[in-house]
Amino acid sequence: MSDFFSGYQVGEFFDEMFAAPDSVRPHYSKLLGRFKEMARDDFERKRALAATTFLTQGITFTVYNDDQGTERIFPFDLVPRIIPAQEWDRVERGLVQRITALNLFLHDIYHNQNILRDGTIPKSIVWEAAHFRPEFMHFDVPGNVYIHICGTDLIRDRAGNYLVLEDNARCPSGVSYVLENRQAMKRVFPTLLGEYRVRPVEDYSQELLNVLRFVAPQGKSEPTVVLLTPGTYNSAYFEHSFLARSMGIEIVEGRDLVAQGGKVFMRTTKGLKQVDVIYRRINDDFLDPQVFRKDSGLGVPGLVEAYRNGSISLANAIGTGVADDKVVYHFVPKMIRYYLGEDPILPNVPTYLASVKEDLAYILEHIPELVIKAANESGGYGMLVGTQATQAECDDFRERVRQNPRNYIAQPVVPLSRAPAFCDEKMQGRHVDLRPYILYGEKVTIIPGGLTRVALTAGSLVVNSSQGGGSKDTWIIDEAETA
Amino acid sequence: MLSRVADSLFWMSRYIERAENNARIADVNLQLLLDLTNQPDSDPRQQWNPIISSLEENELFASLYSEPDGRAAIDFVSLQQRNANSIYACLAHARENARTTREQISSEMWEQVNRLYLFVQSNDARELLGSSPYEFFRRVMAGSHLFQGITHATMTHGEGFHFMRIGRLLERADCTSRLLDLKYHILLPSGERVGGNVDTIQWMSVLKSCSALEAYRKIYVDQVAPWKVAEFLITHDAFPRSIRFSVDSLDQALHSISGSDEARYANEAERLSGRLRSDLDYVTTGEIFKFGLHEYLESIQKRLIEINHATYEAYCAHPRTA
Repeated sequence: MSDFFSGYQVGEFFDEMFAAPDSVRPHYSKLLGRFKEMARDDFERKRALAATTFLTQGITFTVYNDDQGTERIFPFDLVPRIIPAQEWDRVERGLVQRITALNLFLHDIYHNQNILRDGTIPKSIVWEAAHFRPEFMHFDVPGNVYIHICGTDLIRDRAGNYLVLEDNARCPSGVSYVLENRQAMKRVFPTLLGEYRVRPVEDYSQELLNVLRFVAPQGKSEPTVVLLTPGTYNSAYFEHSFLARSMGIEIVEGRDLVAQGGKVFMRTTKGLKQVDVIYRRINDDFLDPQVFRKDSGLGVPGLVEAYRNGSISLANAIGTGVADDKVVYHFVPKMIRYYLGEDPILPNVPTYLASVKEDLAYILEHIPELVIKAANESGGYGMLVGTQATQAECDDFRERVRQNPRNYIAQPVVPLSRAPAFCDEKMQGRHVDLRPYILYGEKVTIIPGGLTRVALTAGSLVVNSSQGGGSKDTWIIDEAETA
Repeated sequence: MLSRVADSLFWMSRYIERAENNARIADVNLQLLLDLTNQPDSDPRQQWNPIISSLEENELFASLYSEPDGRAAIDFVSLQQRNANSIYACLAHARENARTTREQISSEMWEQVNRLYLFVQSNDARELLGSSPYEFFRRVMAGSHLFQGITHATMTHGEGFHFMRIGRLLERADCTSRLLDLKYHILLPSGERVGGNVDTIQWMSVLKSCSALEAYRKIYVDQVAPWKVAEFLITHDAFPRSIRFSVDSLDQALHSISGSDEARYANEAERLSGRLRSDLDYVTTGEIFKFGLHEYLESIQKRLIEINHATYEAYCAHPRTA
């Protein structure tokens, strides 16, 4: 008998596992039972096994702005996050609805711009978005799909409602952790996974490859698909290599590619070989120094020309960044109503736009109660959690917002739900979010669950790996399994 | 296969071989010192000089250690991060190359390179090197052998595999030639004569560093003699660390990549390796010694470098046109 959960505090948050102290939610009861039977050294052994697995496999990420500066293991917490199927099905419907609307929006703003013409969304919001690419107006993408891979961050409020925090429509990362976490859990809790009949995630790579092959230029029945990485020093390099490996495709750097006569080739030991589909993990800005940033050494001169004449496909398409602009985010519920005539299934977090006069006044006055975010930053950079910031930090952001209102939004601090994590030798409630991965090719496919990130620092609301976050395996289980 | 990937596989394999060879050289030298400590006026410092010299890093070595003794030399070739060819540095390079080719190598290979790297950068490794250098070198050598076994058993024997072979064999042939040459630089303590006790011990240590002493004994039952050691390590056709055997395998690997007949050549690399191969097939020990052992070994090293360059030109220098 072990005391992992003795003295566990639910606190004033929605707790994923406990409805109240000593009142476990039904879908977690079997897990709790297992932990009660587990001896402490058995648990320690499991933890060591998981850690060794990650270290020897080199499942690490790179932290920028750090002199130690190299690789770290993404901390992995052994307590899985469990979501009952019924709850998940609703989330899934909401995500399908959202990605459908976002793609219709992108097609619209790169063609007729109806949504801007009739004033549903202010023109300036799109035209001033840093990642809007007017160069690609009236450019058609295969199947009219722009965002082939999307990572949408979900959080739960105090009542347990799922809210969308942001959409990552450029190069979302983290899916390799979902797959590796599951591998680790299979080693560590083989029987429990079987008993719960957790929905598998292993076919993600195959689904991703299907999407990439689906978007190939017309007439390519056996397309050559490659993954374009910025290189080994990129923080997500492990993931790039992991995905390329599990799809059986080449991972290339910009210097491996050459564009000639409107086509793109890779340099092989047998000469040049034509490439058809590029799953690029490089942002638009760095793709082609002839078109975007001149100083980019990561891209391929002439790549965009090949893309324009249709000899290659890119996933995601160029210009999707406008959809994950945090100001545009505010308008996604409107898009859903506009394009689909439906009510949003998953609501947004209430958002104040600094570019709106009344909102700006409110933001400047209430910074210490708000979360301030730059419109185009990610990874937890360029944001301020007012409730946890110093006076000086608040003043600094107040000035930044005043200087450049279009670039900032503010949201109330959402008390993220918590889940038990093993910290300081016992189970403690830690804030979590959820990033499901959505694939859009011939149809929309969503990985069951996704990446649960957990802020391992007590009280912290920032779950990013670069800011001290860890992750958990996420289990979607059918109702019958909850009893 | 991507040209960059072929190049990385080549270097990954070559660096692991180099780490192993460094461990061999240091290990044998250490044992040799033990053998010689009861000799009058043997100076252990002198004993490490040829090794530091063969790395061409005398200045760096002198600048890093105030007391340039045996302990310093062992640290320098083993764990010194600033020595670009230390065991640590070789394994770090190998791992970096493995990291960029993970989709080409098996998971088991990656895990082995990674484990080996994690070992040499750990405190355990440092402590082990201090307390029992022999154990440390054994672990590095065994780690390299395990990697080669895993590679053989888990990787498709295709193009990438052959590029790895080329890297390993070039390094091995080069290393064997340098080990033989090392004896040329090791001075006999004053009063000792060529063919004497110490001289024999030194030649035996050269054999040992190539794991060749036992194999040698099976062929030459009498005394360990310099010309026989040279003959064995240069021209034996079946001993896996002899120069001839390495060049034979290297030539085969090159032809496996191009798919051309071994009697012909499809590119400059094959022409050069074919020519070196036949030279080694037909050379006699008498000719080698007449030419000068040191000069002969130097010419082999030079030709290995030429093969390396030609291989790079044939497969990895980026083609500019379709």
